[in-house]
Amino acid sequence: MDAFLIELGVILLVLGALVNVARRLGLSAIPLMLLAGLVLGEGGIHELGASATFIEAAGELGVLLLLLLLGLEFSAAEFTASMRRHAPSGLVDVALNAPPGFTVGLLLGYEWRACLALAGVTWISSSGIVARLLDDLRRTGFRETPSVLSLLVLEDIAMAVYLPLLVVVLSGGTALAAVVSVALAVGVVALVLLATRRLGHHLGRVVGHEDDEQVLLRVLGLMLIVSGLTYLVDASAAVGAFLVGLAIPRETARRARGVLTPLRDLFAALFFLSFGLQTSPQDLAPFIVVALGLALVTAATKIVTGVYAAHRDQIGRRGRVRAGTALVARGEFSIVIAELAVSAGFTDVGPLASAYVVILGVAGPLLARFADALADALPAARAGPVA
Amino acid sequence: MEVTEILLPGVGVRYEFVTSSGARVGVVAKRDGEFDFVRYEHADPDAAETLLTLSRDEADTLAEILGAPRIVERFADLTREIPGLASATVEVRTGSTYDGKPLGETRARTLTGASIVALVRGEDVIASPSPAEVLRGGDSLVVVGTGAGIAGVRQILSR
Repeated sequence: MDAFLIELGVILLVLGALVNVARRLGLSAIPLMLLAGLVLGEGGIHELGASATFIEAAGELGVLLLLLLLGLEFSAAEFTASMRRHAPSGLVDVALNAPPGFTVGLLLGYEWRACLALAGVTWISSSGIVARLLDDLRRTGFRETPSVLSLLVLEDIAMAVYLPLLVVVLSGGTALAAVVSVALAVGVVALVLLATRRLGHHLGRVVGHEDDEQVLLRVLGLMLIVSGLTYLVDASAAVGAFLVGLAIPRETARRARGVLTPLRDLFAALFFLSFGLQTSPQDLAPFIVVALGLALVTAATKIVTGVYAAHRDQIGRRGRVRAGTALVARGEFSIVIAELAVSAGFTDVGPLASAYVVILGVAGPLLARFADALADALPAARAGPVA
Repeated sequence: MEVTEILLPGVGVRYEFVTSSGARVGVVAKRDGEFDFVRYEHADPDAAETLLTLSRDEADTLAEILGAPRIVERFADLTREIPGLASATVEVRTGSTYDGKPLGETRARTLTGASIVALVRGEDVIASPSPAEVLRGGDSLVVVGTGAGIAGVRQILSR
């Protein structure tokens, strides 16, 4: 017991120090936590003993909390507004950013199911990193920001379709099973949204309470039960957590966000660490060049996506490049997707995704910071469509 | 004045307008209750400089400061639209007869027919003050009535 407590304590202090370093450098802490996991663990400088099982379990909770909070953030009004204005940008986003991941998988000789996971890894920007970045750079009021945020909303809701599809495909389901499960997922999401509108106040009464402690325990309990049930029916537990987040009515969601955010930060940190722990630095080496190439290509495709979205909003040249670079960072959801692939037995996706997220988790915020200089340096023709 | 409202998914709402002097100004109302005041640059019309960040309480206070005189203005607008109706503000001077007395004791309405529709006290506006509201030196009363009625109220309060 004492060894467990001390080891965990040291780990949390190290994570705290990493967050601090990341903040000072204006970077995201996610790549640093992945690196910490790589350095520790199998084949690293110090193999974790007593705390390893706890960190693994905590990491699983971290995934659920990441998706629960994603659902809690969702608002139907914001989704419809984003859909109405940015649906074409969302299509460009998936058309440009998913194929590079898929292609690299094929080139490496992976099965198409692993390739589908890689497509998701390169497609989804990190809404956590991007939102934090816009706030840090004081760009909330900038005119291109709504295009960036709308794209993130569309990606987040696309996860509700993509994740169940991926889970079925990874578990070796037939094409028919995949189609059925996606139809089921879309149906459930639609049902949940409709039910929230009609019956939201009942759920609000069940999970809502004036006491923060009650909100915390009830929402967490509900999330765990629903996640467990969705896991039983062969869907991903993460999808269940996401649905619970969607279904909780607005006012309760606002309070739940307040009490659950610190918890999410803690368990998500342990998730990134535990993901890194599964990979030893030696495994990573063969993937570094591939990850670099993939990062280079998908940084460019994300910039084009952002430039296109901002162009549709009549944003000027510098603003378009700012929108594009802001979207480059990949983070938590790329890792969530890779974790699904790894646990389905496609272990090679793990180190590749780690290296990829470490590169873009660092490069994304840096590119965004120097976007104006980049816009001025790029020749006009390559800065995207001219208004 | 035309104010454009833009939804910022996950963050809040941004309001944008152009002042008569040509400055493009934005207010970002965040979901957590904070407000950012920004001014758009000339060189890059999409980039903005954050001038000020206010907490919920600070924003409330600012709104009261900006809103108080406008209530009086709005009454002035209202009376302009109805012929024969006038409005004015009448000040309660410190040390005058009614400084420290309830509004009801002035019997302003009974004597003049004019109504006291609001009481402006510093940053606060008390709409439809009750007769029990105690007047203080420095208060401004917003009076609506005929010209003669307003003159009557002015005379009562000057005692």
